[in-house]
Amino acid sequence: MSELIALTAAALSEKLASREVSSVEVTQAHLDRIAAVDGDIHAFLHVSENALATAAEVDGARKLGAKLNPLAGVPVAIKDVLCTLDMPSTAGSRILEGWVPPYDATVVSKLRAAKLIPLGKTNMDEFAMGSSTEHSAFGPTHNPWDLERIPGGSGGGSAAAVAAFEAPLALGSDTGGSIRQPAAVTGTVGMKPTYGGVSRYGAIALASSLDQVGPVSRTVLDAALLHDVIGGHDPHDSTSLTDDWPSFAEAARTGAASGSLKGVRVGVVKELGGEGFQAGVSERFAEALEVMAAAGAEIVEVSAPSFTYAVAAYYLILPAEASSNLAKFDSVRFGLRVNPKGGGTVEDVMAATREAGFGPEVKRRIILGTYALSAGYYDAYYGSAQKVRTLIQRDFASAFEKADVLVSPAAPTTAFKLGEKLEDPLSMYLNDVTTIPANLAGVPGMGLPMGLAAEDGLPTGIQIMAPAHEDARIYNVGATLEALLEQSWGHTLMSRAPGHPSAEGGKK
Amino acid sequence: MTDSTPSPLDAVQVAHLANLARIALTPEETEKLTGELGVIIESIAKVSEVATPDVPATSHPIRLTNVFRPDVPGETLTVEEALSGAPERDGDRFKVSAILGEEQ
Repeated sequence: MSELIALTAAALSEKLASREVSSVEVTQAHLDRIAAVDGDIHAFLHVSENALATAAEVDGARKLGAKLNPLAGVPVAIKDVLCTLDMPSTAGSRILEGWVPPYDATVVSKLRAAKLIPLGKTNMDEFAMGSSTEHSAFGPTHNPWDLERIPGGSGGGSAAAVAAFEAPLALGSDTGGSIRQPAAVTGTVGMKPTYGGVSRYGAIALASSLDQVGPVSRTVLDAALLHDVIGGHDPHDSTSLTDDWPSFAEAARTGAASGSLKGVRVGVVKELGGEGFQAGVSERFAEALEVMAAAGAEIVEVSAPSFTYAVAAYYLILPAEASSNLAKFDSVRFGLRVNPKGGGTVEDVMAATREAGFGPEVKRRIILGTYALSAGYYDAYYGSAQKVRTLIQRDFASAFEKADVLVSPAAPTTAFKLGEKLEDPLSMYLNDVTTIPANLAGVPGMGLPMGLAAEDGLPTGIQIMAPAHEDARIYNVGATLEALLEQSWGHTLMSRAPGHPSAEGGKK
Repeated sequence: MTDSTPSPLDAVQVAHLANLARIALTPEETEKLTGELGVIIESIAKVSEVATPDVPATSHPIRLTNVFRPDVPGETLTVEEALSGAPERDGDRFKVSAILGEEQ
């Protein structure tokens, strides 16, 4: 097995810049890895046929002395929710099987412009509805730490690809935790930027007021490097922010080098812990707080009482927006068409197509959303949920008066078994209890490793949140915490992953 | 806004909602969904506990108003690109089944 696959994107970037290795070698190593392990992991729905040719172009440009982005020549996996001109884009749904979009998502255009190497499209819950990838129409992804367990969701494919060393970097999307929860259960890093910080153009919409695209990686610095490539204003997205963003890589490097959290007020959200959280998760979280306190952070408890209503509000707002967004799958302009027996009107064709093309979770949420928006129920449900959203934003505002960053476990448990929650939608929904508030308020949040749970040896993750527009603060504090934790362990978490080239045994 | 909790869903309502959402559910699916949605709705109905009249609604996480661009033609798809994913086409047009049924 090539040692190249265990390197971070930052390390690969240096070796590529010094021409110690070529992008073709790096890309080939990852394609070999995908060929070797993806039969078991199933992180990818499609592997690009153009990756090596693109890598050769980058190598050629570098030989000619072209000025390149730091990540030029580094491979990246792309969540299948993002439109790509040269690869099918299905969002994990039968209704879009084989669909090749006529345009690239803005984030994909930015990857191409910076000369990263798209490796393929990663698996996900259908239209990003789920926390386990079990709702993918094309079969689940398996957690590289234990193949019988879920890799999180909806972006389980991106997290598993990175955790299984199939790619150093990936793109995800996060509507209620789909980047941060998979990071927590796979021992990787995932960042949901401030709402509007990264373009949504060409991201197949789930809930437009919650969706945000972001980076997935094995280190905080790698996430920052990728965020620097994909962030910024996009005139194609009317909700895209016009902020002049600082360098997130710089923020991460400064944080890692400082080793100090002196003067940083770290707020522990009372409502996002305690009862319902696995003992091993709570233990690692308490240790992470001790590490931060020892580095000079001031740990304060903050209360956000309306967070206990966040999941309920989310499961009204999301289905309402999704039922509207998914109306576009009408069997006319793109995607599947199923003609009912004996023919029928365009409405009959549409109903037969959506019956055949959507999976059970998508149907559940569309019908729930249709209900929540119905005349007579609108005020009691959707209207109330929007008021809860106001209360959650107020809770964040008052918490950020007392703290510079807020922390919680990124998921209440370690990875659960495939199939365990599939027949119980409500318990699946509650898995996102820690991540949903950030989406409702638009604030940025990151999931990063905080060690293995004692009882099952599986990864746990901590979530760091900051006020809107303060993404750099998360990279700074996150990189400091990552460095301090690795110091205390004497190794990186991912060096203990079963797939790591140096791994001797470990969980299968 | 009423302060009474809406009555629980029954299979007739679920079938009606599925029709509004243009999904041709089977009777088995309708029955299964009725039970599942009942449990979910019971859980999410608690939003009304704190949604008092004095709380304003928020529809968007970060307030943006009047996002305009210059009123000039931008990039558009070509006809071929626009039709590239169509299940059926007729020349330069999308082809669909009859719009109206016999009884209409």
